Amino acid sequence: MLTCQQASQLISQSLDHPLSWYELMQLRLHLMMCGACNRFRKQLNVLLVGLRKIRTNIENDSAIQLPLDAKTRIVEKLKSNQHSQ
Amino acid sequence: MSNNVNDWLNDHGDYLYRFALARLKDTHQAEDAVQETMLAAIKNNSFEGDSSIRTWLTGILKHKIIDMQRKLIREQPVSDIIDLDASNESMDDFFDKTGHWLDKPQSFDMPDHALEQSQFLSVLDACMQKLPKKLKAIFMLRDVHEMENENICKELDITPTNAWVMLYRARMGLRKCLELHWVKG
Repeated sequence: MLTCQQASQLISQSLDHPLSWYELMQLRLHLMMCGACNRFRKQLNVLLVGLRKIRTNIENDSAIQLPLDAKTRIVEKLKSNQHSQ
Repeated sequence: MSNNVNDWLNDHGDYLYRFALARLKDTHQAEDAVQETMLAAIKNNSFEGDSSIRTWLTGILKHKIIDMQRKLIREQPVSDIIDLDASNESMDDFFDKTGHWLDKPQSFDMPDHALEQSQFLSVLDACMQKLPKKLKAIFMLRDVHEMENENICKELDITPTNAWVMLYRARMGLRKCLELHWVKG
């Protein structure tokens, strides 16, 4: 029987690679009986959805632009780099 | 050639910057990543007409982002690494000796309502910024950049065990931070 600690570790790992058949069975059994670990699993899902949302919000926000001074710096850098070649 | 690059910067600079910022969460690092991408683009102009310029540049940028995270992780003090290897100690923070939750996880959800949702996301963002640098770097690669676990291990030269321990700790910390700071309106 898994402890909650072991179950939480498997839940996290399941986000990164498929669990073995045995791990999966153990985890399912634990989740059938444990509300806390179910909520933990849900928390991680919400976390991932939120992170994706933050990422796409930035990607799609046309108000966020490469600052002018950075642009100027990059152009200068490219020029000096070409001269040195 | 130089005209090309200026055009690229004008046409795609903002896009590349946003792409980098979304994954690095640091304006200076994002600017540097765009610069490195442009430098690499003129240096080995391997662009072939079968993809768009933007796709090509984004491909270069992706590698630059990984390079930067790798550097960040390597630059961390040795004590951090030792701390991670002797990890069981700190991973027990959330559990008692018998492996039961010290504080049972609370349920929370991402709000549908726009204003509430943006508040939720800014709490999540603030929590992420609080992660220790090294954890943040690997976590960003996996859960934000959505890079394959296997590639993370290869690129960062860490063992799968080390990777999962770090990801686990980052996720544990983040969801706890959300529990503490996200109060439904």
